[in-house]
Amino acid sequence: MAKLKLASYWASACGGCDTAILDTHDKILDIAAAADIVFWPIAVDFKYSDVEAMDDGHIDVTLFHGAVRNTENEHLAHLLRKKSKVLVAFGTCAHIGGIPGLGNLYNREQIFRRVYHDTPSTQNSAGTEPQTRHQVPEGELTLPEFFDTVHTLDQMVDVDYYVPGCPPTPKQIWNVVQAIVSGQLPPKGSIVGASEKTQCEECPREKKELKIKGFKRIATAKPDPDTCFLEQGFICLGPVTRGGCDTRCQLSGVACRGCYGQPNGVMDQGAKAISAIASLVDSSDEAEVDRIISEIPDPLRTFNRFGIPASMLRRKMV
Amino acid sequence: MTFEPKIVGILCNWCSYTGADLAGTARIKYSPNVRVMRVMCSGRVDPTFVLKAFAAGADGVLVAGCHIGDCHYIDGNHKTVRRMALLKRMLADYGIEPGRFRLEWVSASEGDRWAEVVDAITEDVRKLGPLKIGKSRKRPSEAPAA
Repeated sequence: MAKLKLASYWASACGGCDTAILDTHDKILDIAAAADIVFWPIAVDFKYSDVEAMDDGHIDVTLFHGAVRNTENEHLAHLLRKKSKVLVAFGTCAHIGGIPGLGNLYNREQIFRRVYHDTPSTQNSAGTEPQTRHQVPEGELTLPEFFDTVHTLDQMVDVDYYVPGCPPTPKQIWNVVQAIVSGQLPPKGSIVGASEKTQCEECPREKKELKIKGFKRIATAKPDPDTCFLEQGFICLGPVTRGGCDTRCQLSGVACRGCYGQPNGVMDQGAKAISAIASLVDSSDEAEVDRIISEIPDPLRTFNRFGIPASMLRRKMV
Repeated sequence: MTFEPKIVGILCNWCSYTGADLAGTARIKYSPNVRVMRVMCSGRVDPTFVLKAFAAGADGVLVAGCHIGDCHYIDGNHKTVRRMALLKRMLADYGIEPGRFRLEWVSASEGDRWAEVVDAITEDVRKLGPLKIGKSRKRPSEAPAA
């Protein structure tokens, strides 16, 4: 059998997904034995022009990480779609937007003003901002154009599979690789490398009766290691987040922040989190409810930290 | 021409829907801008419903249920109080003005109050104008939103 042709690309991402692939440790050798890497910017020196020169459908599987935030990301999304038989949205950013998706609470103008003018460490008396084209004596220089809105991969191109996680756990990556190599892939559009159920199904922390009289933060209070975070008043997105990561955060003493995205049947992770967590508040007095709720800082970023581009409203109205 | 807002009303079966019905049978005149959706209890109103209404083009959303203490299911509307309080904060984070969303208690005998509530939210939303959600959702290949 011919070796599998595998590509991995990062768009608007931090590189953590690439690191997670390397975190499969010695199994990376098995991956290399089963597949030829034809494009992997972080590790292998192929250029965009090499990909452009390939026949359509030349690549068997592309693991695409990162959200789509500028014209370079957009170009590569379309290019890799054309050149790949199977395109996988790999990791939270490609799946639901991820941390770069928080940029959807601003527009380009606001982000540029903050980054190139307002931050205390910026010295930019000339008011320089990145331009997409610039003439120098040697010729024309170009830069990708920055979008107002961060997009998930499937808002740009047709996606075959999704592997959630920020980053996906090495164990799940290995499961996905095995599924690809064996050809035993589920129906198109499936989420692979994750569970159908929520985090709470897998979480070993003890749950009794959930009633909250006030909210705590991990920075100012110490959670008990064996009891459910929510029961102790720490915000945990376990009830509205897909399982499959072996609750590694909860086992490390940190509440779930929701990176695996919403489980099946949920349309909007943030809205569902409001529903789940607000109903735990142990009060029916409107003033007291308001006081307790006000202890939650920044509800949108807390409850939809990873998924604003994939949420129903997709971005802030600015 | 004045702007006629589209408002989605989500009403509990036992109090507010009956109250709206009473406003009709009593032939009270009020704004025709609210499209009513009936649920068995305001406690059934998932914040998803409200976000979906806005995403689908509603300019305002009105959730109405029994007064606290009068819930047909004893404490269903207590859960509404908690959820909508948190939802209001999230809507603000999304940049949706507070006037576009209301939680009101309307009993089965308060047809006149129903009419007042509808007139009030209609006026508020009319002043705010259409929700700009479509404008912000432009594809990147188009010109960026202003």
